[in-house]
Amino acid sequence: MKTKLLESTKDDLVRPGTSGGLADVYRERFLLKLLVRKELKVRYRGSVLGIIWSYVKPGVQFVVFYLALGVFLGMEQSSTNKGGLANYAIYLFSGIILINFFTEALGNASRSIVGNGGLIKKIYLPRQLFPVASVWVSAVHFFPQLLILVVACLFSGWHPSLLQLLAAVAGFVIVALLSTGLGLLFGAANVYFRDSENFVDMLLMIATWASPVMYSWTMVQHKLGEMWYSIYQVNPITIAVETFHYAFWLPTTDGSAGIPPHLLSLWIPVGLVVSAAVLLWGQLTFRRLEGRFAQEL
Amino acid sequence: MTTAIEVQGISKQFVLRHTRSLKEAFIWLIKGRKGDLSEKFHALKDVDLMVEQGETVALLGFNGSGKSTLLKHISGVMIPDTGSVRTRGKVAGLIEVGAGFHHDLSGRDNVYLNGAILGMTEAQIDERFESIIEFAEIGQFIDTEVKFYSSGMYLRLAFSVAVHTNPEVFLVDEILAVGDEPFQKKCIAKIQELAAEGRTLVVVSHDLDLVARICERGVVLDHGEVTFDGGIHEAVAKLRGA
Repeated sequence: MKTKLLESTKDDLVRPGTSGGLADVYRERFLLKLLVRKELKVRYRGSVLGIIWSYVKPGVQFVVFYLALGVFLGMEQSSTNKGGLANYAIYLFSGIILINFFTEALGNASRSIVGNGGLIKKIYLPRQLFPVASVWVSAVHFFPQLLILVVACLFSGWHPSLLQLLAAVAGFVIVALLSTGLGLLFGAANVYFRDSENFVDMLLMIATWASPVMYSWTMVQHKLGEMWYSIYQVNPITIAVETFHYAFWLPTTDGSAGIPPHLLSLWIPVGLVVSAAVLLWGQLTFRRLEGRFAQEL
Repeated sequence: MTTAIEVQGISKQFVLRHTRSLKEAFIWLIKGRKGDLSEKFHALKDVDLMVEQGETVALLGFNGSGKSTLLKHISGVMIPDTGSVRTRGKVAGLIEVGAGFHHDLSGRDNVYLNGAILGMTEAQIDERFESIIEFAEIGQFIDTEVKFYSSGMYLRLAFSVAVHTNPEVFLVDEILAVGDEPFQKKCIAKIQELAAEGRTLVVVSHDLDLVARICERGVVLDHGEVTFDGGIHEAVAKLRGA
């Protein structure tokens, strides 16, 4: 005890409350783990189905979309509908789970700072932990859905190559970086203007439709023309959804549908760069705003 | 002696913003910009404070004098507008007991979560876990969700976690009135023990008799300014006389 106190006197005086940014989150990974565990434990408290809800909700969502879009609106390929997409169920579900991940991660991260206001006002701890924990929790909920997708793929004769699996990993990384970056940005902004969380809700609604989750990218290309299509492609969510189609849907079909040109050589790197840039931007904004969190909350 | 806390000329202004909505701003504009949309308020005005290692300091003053704001600056929750705050070693705050507690988690989970929030590592919590439970007198209820705890049990557990963080600088805000009388005595004894070990203690409390027993030095704040800095008994006398 005595030696510990003596050792500490050698330390220099430091400014309290100085943030090290995301490096602090790594340093406090034990706390991050506990925060994530807390969220997971608390989420389905008092419910009979518990964690099964993480399977039921996307399952029902899938059935509804499949019936409405695949069957009624004729997206599914069949003997009477040659123009549709083969294995539309897989096509739809592989996109939906990624969008679900993004929606949950960004929605919760944007609310995380205000939601933990009681703690932030009282005790200093790296505040970046809260948005990062939200994204982490969403990633945990993403895995049961991925499992369902893989089982469905196996029933449809899935035979992916290693490259395709790596592309899916890249797609997941793109969405994780993007939602962390935007989560930091809107989470910090939400402290000052509660408009932020409403804006995010709107953004998430657009995100579902602004990427080829329900429809095919070729439809966009036909309607928009090359130039506008390139702009459509810059959206990291679009790129990530396409990597999932490439990894999970394409290997269950005869492969004739094809993937967007230059997906691997151009668009995946573009998606990674855009997401990393958004993360940097979110991080810088967060650090500029966090000094006043305690008094604004 | 080495300095544990160094506060140099810090000032803090709060904006008492009445509104942020577009509607109110618009009305303010068409009314000819009468008055100020935001009102400012000085919580701290050019405060200096040097605390040596091992000192026990009480921050005294009436409500709204800036005691808690000063404590928040020392803990790093707030950043001063001007001036600087520097501290040496690990700083832990007993600022509002149970701020990091979650009602739906068990006592055990809360000990870990709260301990980590207060800056303990996993190994430290593992090592001190038994001692925390024993001090809190929780016994077999440790695996019960804390929402089923009585308010006394809840506060005892939270206090126990906080005193086990073993920081070099200990900030205590108005939490000494914890639990029933035997437990209060135990808490005060624990705080005195920490002080005797040579830890730096900064206490904010309205219980003047109590702080006189724990602290040696008293700093009186009034409307964000230090009006007295000296022995605890003179400080208490000054506050009572004022």
